[in-house]
Amino acid sequence: MSEWLAGAPWMMLAIMLPLSGALVAFLLPRHSALVGLGASLLTACAALVVMLQVAADGRQAYRLGGWPAPLGIELVADGLSVLMLAMTAVVGVAVSVYARVYLADSPDKVRRFWPLWLFLWAALNALFQAGDAFNLYVTLELMGLSAVALVALSGSGPALWGAMRYLLVSLLGSLSYLVGVALLYHAYGTLDLALLSERADGGLQLAVPLGAMIAGLLLKTGLFPFHVWLPPAHGSARAPVSALLSGLVVKASFYLLLRLWFTFTPEGQGVPLLLGSLGAAAIFWGSIQALRQKRLKLLVAYSTVAQLGYLFIAFPLAELEPALAWSGSVYLALSHAMAKGAMFLAAGSIMTQGGHDEIDELDRVVERMPLTLAAFALAGISLAGLPPSGGFVGKWMLLQAAMTQGSWFWALVIIVGGLLTATYVFRVLGFAFTKSPHEHERHDVPATMEWTALVLALGAVLLGFAAPWALPLLEGVLP
Amino acid sequence: MSFNTWLPVLLLCSSLVPGLIIFMLPERATALRTTLNLGGAVLKIVLLVLMMIGVFHGVDYEFRVPLVPGLDFVLHADALSLMFVNLSAVLWLATTFYAIGYLENSPNRSRFFGYFSLCVTATVGLAMAGNLLTFLVFYEALTLTTYPLVVHRGTEVARKAGRTYLAYTLLGGVLLLTGTVWLYSLTGTLEFIDRGFVAQAGVDPAVLRMVFLLLILGVGVKAALLPLHAWLPQAMVAPAPVSALLHAVAVVKAGAFGVVRIIYDVFGIEFAASIGVTLPLAILAAATIIYASLRALFQDDLKRRLAFSTVSQVSYITLGVAIAGPIATIGGLVHLVHQGFMKITLFFCAGNYAETLGVHKVSEMAGIGRRMPWTTAAFTVAALGMIGLPPTVGFVSKWYLGLGALEVGQHWVVFVLAGSSLLNAAYFLPILRTAWFDAPPAEWPEERDYGGKETAWLLLLPPLATAAATLVWGLLASMPGTPLDWVQFIAARKYAP
Amino acid sequence: MSSGILFACGGLGLLAIGIWALVLRAHLIRKVLAINVMGSGAFLLLVGAGSMGEAGVDPVPQAMVITGIVVAISATALALALVLRLANATGKPALPEDRERDLMDSEER
Repeated sequence: MSEWLAGAPWMMLAIMLPLSGALVAFLLPRHSALVGLGASLLTACAALVVMLQVAADGRQAYRLGGWPAPLGIELVADGLSVLMLAMTAVVGVAVSVYARVYLADSPDKVRRFWPLWLFLWAALNALFQAGDAFNLYVTLELMGLSAVALVALSGSGPALWGAMRYLLVSLLGSLSYLVGVALLYHAYGTLDLALLSERADGGLQLAVPLGAMIAGLLLKTGLFPFHVWLPPAHGSARAPVSALLSGLVVKASFYLLLRLWFTFTPEGQGVPLLLGSLGAAAIFWGSIQALRQKRLKLLVAYSTVAQLGYLFIAFPLAELEPALAWSGSVYLALSHAMAKGAMFLAAGSIMTQGGHDEIDELDRVVERMPLTLAAFALAGISLAGLPPSGGFVGKWMLLQAAMTQGSWFWALVIIVGGLLTATYVFRVLGFAFTKSPHEHERHDVPATMEWTALVLALGAVLLGFAAPWALPLLEGVLP
Repeated sequence: MSFNTWLPVLLLCSSLVPGLIIFMLPERATALRTTLNLGGAVLKIVLLVLMMIGVFHGVDYEFRVPLVPGLDFVLHADALSLMFVNLSAVLWLATTFYAIGYLENSPNRSRFFGYFSLCVTATVGLAMAGNLLTFLVFYEALTLTTYPLVVHRGTEVARKAGRTYLAYTLLGGVLLLTGTVWLYSLTGTLEFIDRGFVAQAGVDPAVLRMVFLLLILGVGVKAALLPLHAWLPQAMVAPAPVSALLHAVAVVKAGAFGVVRIIYDVFGIEFAASIGVTLPLAILAAATIIYASLRALFQDDLKRRLAFSTVSQVSYITLGVAIAGPIATIGGLVHLVHQGFMKITLFFCAGNYAETLGVHKVSEMAGIGRRMPWTTAAFTVAALGMIGLPPTVGFVSKWYLGLGALEVGQHWVVFVLAGSSLLNAAYFLPILRTAWFDAPPAEWPEERDYGGKETAWLLLLPPLATAAATLVWGLLASMPGTPLDWVQFIAARKYAP
Repeated sequence: MSSGILFACGGLGLLAIGIWALVLRAHLIRKVLAINVMGSGAFLLLVGAGSMGEAGVDPVPQAMVITGIVVAISATALALALVLRLANATGKPALPEDRERDLMDSEER
């Protein structure tokens, strides 16, 4: 039995399980929630098994149907992939559990949510395990399309606008990526990442396709100044969808960016410096916008803009301190996924409870839903990089990388960004403790919703203690 | 991993676990909540006594897990940390008793006591931190767990006070973080060791001065050093037990303790003196002492007057450490404990006046000694201690500070001490005079009936006990088992033989 | 000039036209069309780049283009569905900040 388990094609299962789950959920709309939840749990298990395999035996590869590349599709999982798989599994399960209760009273949304979300999950898992630039394109598109459809789920005007803009940006980004793929194939005659990393030799024939691909991915990641689509889409979607978009979807295009960067290890300092500066601008612009928002969900969405900026600070720092900078960035991505997921789920519970999400009118919400507020606070602690949390470990590594090479500017950006984050998080908490002069409607919130957000936020905090186990996985993956 | 490894963790858990359980309790489960609170507090003291005996006999208690690459999360119990744990554990017990009485029938008690326990957990962790990273972790945790207590009342004033509190403390945390990372990138280690680890690293003293400045400013926010003290008087909107906690047990003390750790176990006192950073710190501390005492003179609100008094008194600790002599060290460290006991007594009494009679202002206190003799007696003992009159503990602290300053030839410190004593007398003695000798008013602002008694016994016992402790330790200062005795044991390790 | 280069240059031209329309046209159907034009440009580029070598026509890019077309069709379907929903819900097939220009568009016609 155990031999059979170890021999099963877990890497493929991590993609096929959500895919078939999506189909079944679509065909059996009456049972879609149950099917969806079951598929979620199975997918998470498959992803965790892949992680254990990689942790035990190193890099894994699987050929679909036994066909070798370039005709067949080869799946590859290394340390970076499995960390992303695990992140998706954790956030995915939490969102699934939450969504089952959250959507329970609108059956038509239940029917549409589950197939789309499982498609999204399949696309994410496929993207993290793709070893080929074109398969990455296909998974990127699948992910983008299901994400857009999820945004449109709520059907309100702002959500449809958000979805439409998101779709246009997403398609533009993927096309730019595709052009890069075409030029890459022209230059090197292969799209397999491993082969490409051997053949790529620098110069213009690498710079142009890589530039096109990176530009497309920046658009999809929502790095400043390409972020304008992000807050409307993330802020107007339903809470579980926002959690998925902010937590996972933007991370997928960032992962792809990292993957390309590690494959080609481009030389020169101009591009890293540009990416880092855009990241710094994103941190300041996003945080300041977050501080100015009146609505909780928009605040959280702008916070995503800011936190994504942090991930790009690693590029200029990586020249002298690659290991520290990249691990810091990846770790921040992981903890942001969990923290931001928890934050959106908490915001969703607050909206369900009070029927609104005006920050000034939170009206002692801490007394009515202490668990949700605790989740919001813990997630905020991790976002602000206060210890002990995953965000702290990530920022510590980035700071250390900056200080060791005497880059005071980047150190200052990291520190001031953390302060700004704390400011907007505690602005919310302050109003949550304070009585408002106005009366508001009160609804009951199911305990499951409160607890899932809290557990996810606790995960983001406890991630601060997991670094000694998670970081060794990245050895050999980072350049 | 033996029992000795896990003992520091147990010490943390003795307040962490009750705290977490209390969050889950419904509001009316008063009996269970009280049991958990007191049980945790008593268990903590038992564990602490065990460890103190162990440390005295040279046992090493250390718990270590890796946290970030190259750095561990270390809980380590040495004599200095146990002194601080002792202070917080004993005062936590007293404050818990007091808070149970004070908050009787008020809303959100589960939340209050939950955060209260977490706050003490953070303080104990901070005391036992074995390196600067662990210290930083608990320093920030302390900020986060005290915030809900400061805004506990949920009023607009409380929210603004909370905002100020956070603005200061988070800024301090960030400065501390910057200094810590910088130091780590210079030295490659952050472990606290007796007489410091910086001296061996061979780094440019100019850079080290910058690091020192960052670290001291970082902890100086909580220690309420001069330009960074403004949050403390504002945080007075919190309920009285919280003020007691902020001023005597946790927050301010954490800052002062941080100064001690940074000077002795990071830089090493002799090395710090050799790069010339201790004298400016001593001058800053002296300036804080005088300035805050002057401000205290003009406060009519009793709690605000006490707050400025705290700003002033806590700087005695910094001063004692920064004078850089063995005897002054004893004075500074012992004041960490002494000030805690005296200040908590004063806040308990102020809370009693407010709770029983609705008296918040010094000008309303005429004749209060006749209405509440026991409370006022405790207040008097603590106030005399603050002034530094023998035979209270305040005198012991000042005696060692003065002697220590003379020992290293810093004569100006004696004038600062004398001036501060005069100012202390100037703002405490009028309170005592009006409380004991003026005629009471016909009617108190908001009197509550406690069945003919002075006040509830849960409100009365804690200040009496802490006041008695200050008196006894002052009288028997050189007996074994007093704070002074333990501090001498510590100071012997911080100076090269 | 080989046909490969011609295809590739044509592809780049289509991409440019597509981007121009995507940015400047407010009507959403036009934006969707622009994306489709861009998509065709990218596919043309892929095929053209694949047939530039001396070893004859490479089948791999053509396989990729077929996959790409499938993806593009589903994207277009989703986009059109969204445009319909948006027009039904808000009365205008344009994004909010494009509405002013949208009016000018319809006057042109």
